[in-house]
Amino acid sequence: MNRSLRPLVATAAIFLLAYMVAVAQFPAMASTRVLGNFLTDNAFLGIAAVGMTFVILSGGIDLSVGAVIGFTTVLIAVLVMWAGLHPLLAFAIALIVAALFGAGMGAAIYYLRVPSFIVTLAGMFLARGAASVLSPDSIGIKHSFYTTVSKSYLLMPGGGRLSVVGIMMLLVFLAGIVIAHRTRFGSYVYALGGSETSAALMGVPVARTTILIYTLSSTLAGLAGVVFSLYTSAGYSLNALGVELDAIAAVVIGGTLLTGGYGLVAGTFIGVMLQGLVQTYIVFDGTLSSWWTKIVIGALLFMFILLQRLLHSAAPRRRKRLWTA
Amino acid sequence: MTAQDAEALLEARGIVKIFGQHRALDDVSFALRAGEVHALLGENGAGKSTLIKILTGAYRPDGGEVRLQGAPVSFRDPLHAQSHGIGTVYQEVNLLPNRSVAENLFLGHQPTRWGLVRRKEIEARARNILVTYGLDIDVREELSSFSVAVQQIVAIARAVELSGKVLVLDEPTASLDRNEVDRLFDVIRSLKARGLGIIFITHFLDQVFALADRVTILRNGRKIATHALTEVNTTDVVRMMLGKDVAFDHHLTGLAGATHGAPCVRFAGLGRKGSVAPFTLDVHEGEVVGVAGLLGSGRTEMARLMFGIDLADSGQITVDGKPATIRNPAQAVAAGFGFCPEDRKLDGIFGELSVRENIIIALQAKLGWFRALNREDQIDLAGRYADALDIRAANHDMPVKLLSGGNQQKVILARWLAIDPSFLILDEPTRGIDVGAHAEIVRTINRLREEGLGLFVISSELDEVVAYSNRVVVMRDRQMVAELTGADVAPDRIVQAIAGTPVLPVSAVAEVAP
Amino acid sequence: MTRPTAQIHPAPQPPALRHRSVTAALLRPQFLALLVLLAINWLLFPGFFTTTWQDGRLFGSLIDVLNRGTPVAILAIGMTAVIATKGVDLSVGAVMAIAGATAAVMVTGGHSAVLAVAAALATGLLCGLWNGLLVTTLSIQPIIATLVLMVAGRGLAQLITEGSIVTFTDPVLIFIGTGAVAGLPTPVVVLIALTILTTLAVRRTALGLLIEAVGINRSAARFAGIKASALLLVVYAFAGLCAALAGLIVAGDIRGADANNAGLWLELDAILAVVVGGTSLLGGRFSIPMSVVGAMIIQAMNTGILISGFSPQFNLVVKSAVIILILVLQSPFAANLLQRRHLKAPPKAQEGDRA
Repeated sequence: MNRSLRPLVATAAIFLLAYMVAVAQFPAMASTRVLGNFLTDNAFLGIAAVGMTFVILSGGIDLSVGAVIGFTTVLIAVLVMWAGLHPLLAFAIALIVAALFGAGMGAAIYYLRVPSFIVTLAGMFLARGAASVLSPDSIGIKHSFYTTVSKSYLLMPGGGRLSVVGIMMLLVFLAGIVIAHRTRFGSYVYALGGSETSAALMGVPVARTTILIYTLSSTLAGLAGVVFSLYTSAGYSLNALGVELDAIAAVVIGGTLLTGGYGLVAGTFIGVMLQGLVQTYIVFDGTLSSWWTKIVIGALLFMFILLQRLLHSAAPRRRKRLWTA
Repeated sequence: MTAQDAEALLEARGIVKIFGQHRALDDVSFALRAGEVHALLGENGAGKSTLIKILTGAYRPDGGEVRLQGAPVSFRDPLHAQSHGIGTVYQEVNLLPNRSVAENLFLGHQPTRWGLVRRKEIEARARNILVTYGLDIDVREELSSFSVAVQQIVAIARAVELSGKVLVLDEPTASLDRNEVDRLFDVIRSLKARGLGIIFITHFLDQVFALADRVTILRNGRKIATHALTEVNTTDVVRMMLGKDVAFDHHLTGLAGATHGAPCVRFAGLGRKGSVAPFTLDVHEGEVVGVAGLLGSGRTEMARLMFGIDLADSGQITVDGKPATIRNPAQAVAAGFGFCPEDRKLDGIFGELSVRENIIIALQAKLGWFRALNREDQIDLAGRYADALDIRAANHDMPVKLLSGGNQQKVILARWLAIDPSFLILDEPTRGIDVGAHAEIVRTINRLREEGLGLFVISSELDEVVAYSNRVVVMRDRQMVAELTGADVAPDRIVQAIAGTPVLPVSAVAEVAP
Repeated sequence: MTRPTAQIHPAPQPPALRHRSVTAALLRPQFLALLVLLAINWLLFPGFFTTTWQDGRLFGSLIDVLNRGTPVAILAIGMTAVIATKGVDLSVGAVMAIAGATAAVMVTGGHSAVLAVAAALATGLLCGLWNGLLVTTLSIQPIIATLVLMVAGRGLAQLITEGSIVTFTDPVLIFIGTGAVAGLPTPVVVLIALTILTTLAVRRTALGLLIEAVGINRSAARFAGIKASALLLVVYAFAGLCAALAGLIVAGDIRGADANNAGLWLELDAILAVVVGGTSLLGGRFSIPMSVVGAMIIQAMNTGILISGFSPQFNLVVKSAVIILILVLQSPFAANLLQRRHLKAPPKAQEGDRA
């Protein structure tokens, strides 16, 4: 079986098993109502995780994701509430800012030859800092557009509501799958993760691809910020604290190799859903405390890193190191 | 053997390439014809890779010119060369192990429709291409799921599809078995029949004779000769590759067979599957055992086993008459072994550490974490060995990476002398250093022998091996094939043993032409 | 066995070298940066250097900078060793939370403070060993190996505190966070002691040199007979121990263990402090005291922003600017520029790429 597929099958099996156990215990979890909430609650994480998948597939990492989400929520709130712009215009501006931000990080990673983790760490400080400079306090957003959006949904059989943000996440995943597997850019991303030297020798435009990868990641983080803004109707510089870690965990649990080159965008979807399931289960259970989420996710992360280690050490290959990426 | 070749498809004229003060290529001319397989031979450091890199655009020459079909060309990079018809396949497959075979063939050139890659078309075309190379495989499978031989053929197919005039094969057979080599050769012959010019680099002489039409031999950055392979035999080729060009002031003719002391180490049946066949060897105090053999013959692997870098799967090691366990370099060091590796930059020096620290590091590792050499001891030790080996450095606190290659080599030698070793392994100690330092290293080896060390010295320079060795072991095909003593320690005997031709009486061997 | 001991005379050594190197160390850009920052703080707030003696201890903004900078400085000491081996430890912030939680729960559970401190330090050590085992025996890249504990660690800390902020009144723990020894705040005294002890431990033994050797060239280290695995294990364990110490100080300072916020993002500050202190992220040469100086530079910056009336969050922007500046200075671009300027006196030519 394809090496990208094996961890995905493992994740899917774990998810199904966990879901069945959960449903056996709490039959209500099988309803489309819970499913709808599931999608809505994890929409921003899912969108950010799609961007993270591309970054990790290329052998890098993006620590700025959570900060970009937070910054975007503040920028939108400022533009809508203080500058009086229409939310759609504010969204467009926020996405452009996020894209430029990502392009800058990508350029720094390529041209300064600095590990992505350091550059995006600086990006994280910058985005959080800029957000709190814009407004240190939370800004509530009151706009008819927000009310309309939050009231719009598709009714699923069984009374579940597929919200606008839930639909957005599903669309982003579909787009991510197409980009990763059906475009030249997608093949370049995998090529960089496989071996940057080989990729360059084979004619992959390394500079352009690197910049585009981080542009994509930040743009999707910006979109996640839009979703977060719609979801909470507020802008706050400390929004989405630590979401980058959840996104990385979702990507790895979804079967993507942390050193790059192997993985599927669809796997990340299952990774996000598995995280959501853990959270929902804990909420349903009521006796378990919220911190178990982190511990379980940490354990899953460890399990998958170990699994990948075993899968990929069988056939040694020159692996690009994250550290010197 | 003319510099200008009327039939030349790709031609290099008077190429010069200089790195620092080192002339990697000195007035080298080379011509490749369409429809021929042209072997390029030479030991490490002879300039093969540099020449290839110039022909394929990875380097720019400092002198001379490259012509393609008679017209001068100047390539920006390998991609540019590729677009002009020159494709390269490297020793380590430079494809993407994590992607499908089809994608590896078409990456960067995938046909698309509305921005979407036409996967079915790519797969169909990939299948059709590979069938012409005798490969009927599932092109959707990941490249790494296939053997290296298949990967090589895929790499060749990609290079030929994208370039189509010249194919450069840089040691494509290094990790293939017999059948795979045959298969690869079939592919190369069919490409030759299609009229491609093929440059073939290898260390296996039998493969050169089996496949190539002509051979060009390089040594120390100079072209020695180009011959049709019908004109020469194996012995001629080995002679040209290893011939003499460094003169030593220390040519000890009476050395061979000189008396030596008690055995200091014994390797009995030491071997490792796929690396070196089991060998037995004693090294005595005050004896230099030289190792001759072409690159890839297993000589470095032999040294790695001795020093515990690779784990032996058979055999015992005896040090000073007592059995010793050597499963890692630390244990080898504890047993009194030292090892100057071939690749100084990768395995030898700590570039940012000072000359002094580089000299004392092995002794410090041997002493352990808590018995630190104090600064005075360090200065004293470094000073002593730097003087004894004449290491030229402005001061011993400067980073070792600023020293010349010869001085770096002496620093590593000093590092091992500092642990007061009983047995020292030197892998190509004179590689890549200038002639003056070269002679000094040879003198030092002789001096260490006189002082009672047992030495095991690997070298491609036959004259050099003869100059310091009491005994010479010859490696071929990962086996120890001969042990020459006494009057047999002579360049011609060694050449014959390497080439595998019957040993003739010394008098019957003609002097090697310079 | 004999060896060439022909001419034994020590290498010529400039007599004033020692002295000169001390002066050179004080002239490093980090010290200048620290001085400039302190001067700016003084301009913003003329009472900055005013230090008073009150209730048997020193008070003042300068002391405050030292005190506030201590947790990051302690983390940076452990992080320096890890980074010198070409690794990184992302889990130290989470380990701080775990250690603080352990100590707090122990004392509120009726155990003695000494036992609580010992347990907290042991927990940190264990966490470090876990990281070290992943890095050595499983050969997982450090950034990935330590990510596991970074994600799970805070959950573990919350598990220990059962989700609440565990406050305590134990005088010993509070003393560690807020007390004073010889007029100086306890954390500062701990920091000074740790800096001196660690510096001695790495420089008076062979550890420092061996760590640098492993970080610079792992393969050459192996060839030279250095046992890298044991060394790495010790280094990660030490980083865990430092994190636990920092966690104890933070817990003592707020008189409680806050599993959610203790040490949050401090791993990143610690990495930054190490980089500002001049240790390369690519491993090799390191300096423990300079990393401490790096941590103080960051704190002086934070304090400066605070007293100049900006929002405390503003220092994130400044921090990112500092990282970007350092990255640009360390980049091949800058190296090329510098080399061009020094072209008149090139270093001895190195051998070229061998063919």
